Amino acid sequence: MDARETSALLYLDGVTVSFDGFRALNELSFTIDPGEMRAIIGPNGAGKTTMMDVVTGKTRPEKGDVLFDGIYRLTDLYESDIAELGIGRKFQKPTVFESHTVEDNLRLALKADRRARAALIWRDSVDEATRIDRLFETVRLGALRSRLAGSLSHGQKQWLEIGMLLAQEPKLLLVDEPVAGMTDAETHQTAELLKEINRARTVVVVEHDMTFVRALGVKVTVLHEGTVIAEGSIDQVSANERVIEVYLGR
Amino acid sequence: MISLFARGFDRSTTTVVLIILGLAVAVPLLNLMLPPESPFHVPLYIVSLWGKYASYAILALSIDLIWGYCGILSLGHGAFFALGGYAMGMYLMRQIGTRGVYANPILPDFMVFLNWDHLPFYWWGLNWFAYAAVMVLLVPGLLAFVFGWFAFRSRVTGVYLSIITQALTFALMLGFFRNNFGFGGNNGLTDFKDVLGFNVQAAGTRGALFAITCVVLAAALMMCRAIVMSKFGLVLIAIRDAESRTRFLGYRVESYKLLVFTLSACIAGVAGALYVPQVGIINPSEFAPANSIEEVIWVAVGGRGTLTGAILGAVVVNYGKTYFTSGALAAYWLFVLGSLFVGVTLLLPRGIVGTIQHLWSGRRRPDTPDPDPQSVGQPAPAE
Repeated sequence: MDARETSALLYLDGVTVSFDGFRALNELSFTIDPGEMRAIIGPNGAGKTTMMDVVTGKTRPEKGDVLFDGIYRLTDLYESDIAELGIGRKFQKPTVFESHTVEDNLRLALKADRRARAALIWRDSVDEATRIDRLFETVRLGALRSRLAGSLSHGQKQWLEIGMLLAQEPKLLLVDEPVAGMTDAETHQTAELLKEINRARTVVVVEHDMTFVRALGVKVTVLHEGTVIAEGSIDQVSANERVIEVYLGR
Repeated sequence: MISLFARGFDRSTTTVVLIILGLAVAVPLLNLMLPPESPFHVPLYIVSLWGKYASYAILALSIDLIWGYCGILSLGHGAFFALGGYAMGMYLMRQIGTRGVYANPILPDFMVFLNWDHLPFYWWGLNWFAYAAVMVLLVPGLLAFVFGWFAFRSRVTGVYLSIITQALTFALMLGFFRNNFGFGGNNGLTDFKDVLGFNVQAAGTRGALFAITCVVLAAALMMCRAIVMSKFGLVLIAIRDAESRTRFLGYRVESYKLLVFTLSACIAGVAGALYVPQVGIINPSEFAPANSIEEVIWVAVGGRGTLTGAILGAVVVNYGKTYFTSGALAAYWLFVLGSLFVGVTLLLPRGIVGTIQHLWSGRRRPDTPDPDPQSVGQPAPAE
């Protein structure tokens, strides 16, 4: 293994992605430190989701470097390998396994041997049951454990998906618009949940909702046309003229 | 905490296994023990006919395992069935020996007819049953593995995968039709005499073949049920419902698909091997793309993703086929089959067993109190 090239947990340098000539990411560079929580904001089409696609291996960049933990070059790896390294992703639209029970959703996500062979000879264990119970305490869905995930409400699905992320015990969580379509009370609870998660893990949140970002109270990176235009506290970036022009001033 | 494996088989699986095993004993006995005048006598042709249905049911199970639980719609599963059938057919051909028309102790009649002077290498060893039995699993399994390795690794899914499976079976059909392929050309393999030293025409052998097919069907059902109830099965359903989500959880989707596809092909191969001695012939028309489509219809009719439904669908549709094609309505069978598929898709999208299960669980639901009354009635988000 190469020596560690950076102290950052996630390091993006000059990442460029084009779709049919449209530059979704344009020389995008930023770093996330271990233990940090970072909010990434930007208008529609700023490249927020494409950035997540690149980090999780769904999209290959034309050029640029993406390093995880200073040693893993994510641009060379498959989605499943990246997930196993400890990067978990929550999608914009809640994607849970609808025809499985809530409990089985968590069971599938639990950090364990992912090989087909292991899944065939798998046995339930006390350790696994305890881990699932602990997750239910965090995401507060214990009363719904034997319900089919497809019958959950929108907000409950979002929490289940966050629970599934936690079950993977990732080092880095990428959370795409977690409060889209949530009520104010649910939004508030989600902010608390993410803060709690951040005690043990690094979190990157992509969000539109400015009240939510303010409630998180973390460093903000503003994307526009696939590149970083400002970085700092929410008050700093809100005062930035360029940011006002492209995003907040609309 | 109950282990998934220890949840045991659901009641419908247990019931179906018992029914199949009951038939395995009863049908041959009613044929062999009762005089033909008895109203309970089962004629010999019925034994073989239902033995054929049972082997079709095994094939339907193999399709339901991949389609119902992993979302892989193979429209070429007849190819694996036919390959298993050919492996068995080749063994049966070698058993004919000097009793053939040309009385050649080594070469089957069609090779003598083609003026071949020696046995092609791929026929070697097939005079031994054990070797043929291995080939029954190995040939379909290997083809499925190689095919799946390329298809799943390149992430070919949905209709594209279905189309190339059709192409696969079509290509094999064209190949097997050729005389120089060495599998008897369009006549295929037939005129079988013995299997393991027993006359294939004898009532006792037919009864035994029927019973063996039923036992294999019951075993295949239990194996498939154990698979879909294991964590492996949970992953299969996850792949069916949200493939890329499963990938982001760290599962190598292609390995899971490859394993279950190969296993399914092996089961289909066994079904073909049990089919051939009971119908007495295997020819390239078994590779016809239409056959593979019909097999998928059995599963759709019975209920995709239920396993027991696949068995029921295979038996019901084939019984209907026998019934219709043996009378004045013969000319209309394809219309019946087509309207069956359209009708089931429109009116019974869950199939027979799926609909019953759905109604059953709907009726039971009011007994269990809803743990979260707040979420009831809340509309699901638009997809």
